[in-house]
Amino acid sequence: MFVRGELEKIEHKVLKGERLTRGDGEKLFACNELSWMGALADYVRKKICGDAVYYNVNCHVNLTNICKSRCKFCAFGRNVDDGGAYAMTIDDAIKLVEEASRDPHLSGLHIVSGLHPTWTFENYLAFVEVLHKKFPALHIKGFTGVEIQHFANISGLSVEEVLIRLKTAGLQAIAGGGAEILTDRVRNLLCPKKATAAEWLNVARTAHKLGIKTNASMLYGHIETLSERVEHLIRLRELQDETGGFQTFICFPFLPKNTALEKEIKQTSMWDDLKTMAISRLMLDNFRNIKAYWVMLTVPVAQVALSFGANDIDGTIHRENILHDAGATSPRSLAEDEIIKIIREAGRIPCAIGGNK
Amino acid sequence: MNNLNRAKEKISSGERLNFDEILALYEDNDLLYLAESARRVKESKSGRKIFYTVNRHINLTNVCKANCPLCAFQCGSGDNRAFTLELNDVEKVVREQVSGIREIHIVSSLHPDKNFNYYLDTVKLVKKILPHVGINAFTPVEIVNFAQIGGKSFSEVLSELIGAGVTSLAGGGAEILSDRVREIICPKKCTAAEWLEVMKTAHKLGLKTNASMMYGHIETIEERIEHLIKLRELQDETGGFMAMMLFPFHPENTELGKKFNLRRVGAWEDLKMLALSRLALDNFEHFKAFWVMLTLPIAQLALNFGADDLDGTIGEEKIIHAAGAESSTGITRETLEKIISECGYQPVERDSFYQCVMR
Repeated sequence: MFVRGELEKIEHKVLKGERLTRGDGEKLFACNELSWMGALADYVRKKICGDAVYYNVNCHVNLTNICKSRCKFCAFGRNVDDGGAYAMTIDDAIKLVEEASRDPHLSGLHIVSGLHPTWTFENYLAFVEVLHKKFPALHIKGFTGVEIQHFANISGLSVEEVLIRLKTAGLQAIAGGGAEILTDRVRNLLCPKKATAAEWLNVARTAHKLGIKTNASMLYGHIETLSERVEHLIRLRELQDETGGFQTFICFPFLPKNTALEKEIKQTSMWDDLKTMAISRLMLDNFRNIKAYWVMLTVPVAQVALSFGANDIDGTIHRENILHDAGATSPRSLAEDEIIKIIREAGRIPCAIGGNK
Repeated sequence: MNNLNRAKEKISSGERLNFDEILALYEDNDLLYLAESARRVKESKSGRKIFYTVNRHINLTNVCKANCPLCAFQCGSGDNRAFTLELNDVEKVVREQVSGIREIHIVSSLHPDKNFNYYLDTVKLVKKILPHVGINAFTPVEIVNFAQIGGKSFSEVLSELIGAGVTSLAGGGAEILSDRVREIICPKKCTAAEWLEVMKTAHKLGLKTNASMMYGHIETIEERIEHLIKLRELQDETGGFMAMMLFPFHPENTELGKKFNLRRVGAWEDLKMLALSRLALDNFEHFKAFWVMLTLPIAQLALNFGADDLDGTIGEEKIIHAAGAESSTGITRETLEKIISECGYQPVERDSFYQCVMR
């Protein structure tokens, strides 16, 4: 339970621009004053990044869904011989991007994939090289911290060497996924076979030192506690203090359908989603951008989230795969004019962004 | 002092907002200010309670002589979608109802051949089978039609319906209470003045009613606000409205949507209109977040934007689903209670008149 006075203290801190503590974060999660919290987050958003809302005309490229990690929260990963398993060839990838390029506004690719058991690092690298050469105008954001760590493991290279080679091949930013909840308790239960919390943070830190911007994310609404959500946010905030290399933070509500957790866990409410969005904005005082990812939140909630601290609504996507395997009910892509309408209705300024913010 | 500042001052002191001030709040577009203010108003009236009911919608027919461009439900009698329930069909539906049901809601199109007795007999039948259940039936649009086909006054029609068992009137058919708008979206149904007159007559006969607004089509923002003020004025006079409902226009499968190339307004607009209406209609006790229109997740959020009622379990909704609504057609009491508790509110099962039901 919360006490009015405690909330007032938090409000004072936010208005004075003081940093919120772990205890403050926990108090916020314990309280249900949704519009109060939203208004505070909106105040912070306005102060940090004004009225622009970023979106991009982009194309998601998921090279393969064959994955040896098989995390419990994932409905996308398959074993090699499972029905629906696929692995793109370079030609497949080119064809997909060519198709998306029919939209003259296409400005970026988002490449995220499974940890294929037999692909080498060179296999992955080749996609970046070819796509960059063939579509030099497109900004390439690719691979999560989990994939980068995997590349290091399978190639025997250091994380730094992996990143340098990817950068040389044309990679311009690292995707924010794979952070899930950055505590080993949660990771051991949900995704024991992939990068640990420390490894994920290390990839981000290394990338930042090499001048590669990365995103960060949080997958919530599964087995984590509310204090673990706060812990997660604080770990990200600490690294951001150190490097300043995170561009955008994205909240991912867990979609249980078709995952191993389907029976035990119910999807988060929009109430929780907006609360988590607002608290993330309040806790992550050193992040400039907070993204309302419409695929997971649904378009209506992503729109409302613009008044709960978000200043980015992601992009048109072209064809979303990963979350639609987990029963996402939102469309697989959004038209640019629909995105613009959503942002304008919220009284904000749509701002198409090609590359790094 | 400008209108916006004056509006904010009035909100904090609990004074009534005028047209210009409501418009200034709309234009300011500060969603969370509206939310927080509307939530305070809601809590000053019903505290932490959120109402819901166990109800069943019955649509007697979709065959309609009004042909409103706004509607995806109605059709001609020769259409393969056409249906009309006869008394024995109604009896079957009503007899299926669970024991805990509190309200039967009957709203239908204007059938070209059915006479007033058909509707009266339907109500009598429901009343006979479920004597203790509220019957919330017929919008003023239907009442005006009954008066026309029966050659009776509004007051006679309403008295006969009360005698048959109707306990309250439905709030639909208000759309936007402006004849300019009605001429375009529903030229053949009752005028704004007739809608208000039926409500006034009902209230004088002691029949409570709901009220509504359908927005997001070809109306101006000024027309929305005028609509709210007309409802507020009538409520001042009679006090007979129980709850206000907001209906975002679903353009899919409608002639109006096609003709004006309309898209459904976003959740932002829905929540904003809800909060703004709560602030404007200071003399209304209850605001419904009608989950069929809004979807359940947005209806849940609406509880933070001034709504105090999630309507009910519904059973089988047809009208809005004909226009492409994606929500399910019925839900359980448990789901409604969970949605309410999840945001820290206290679920209260109500009857047709917002009296708490003890189970």
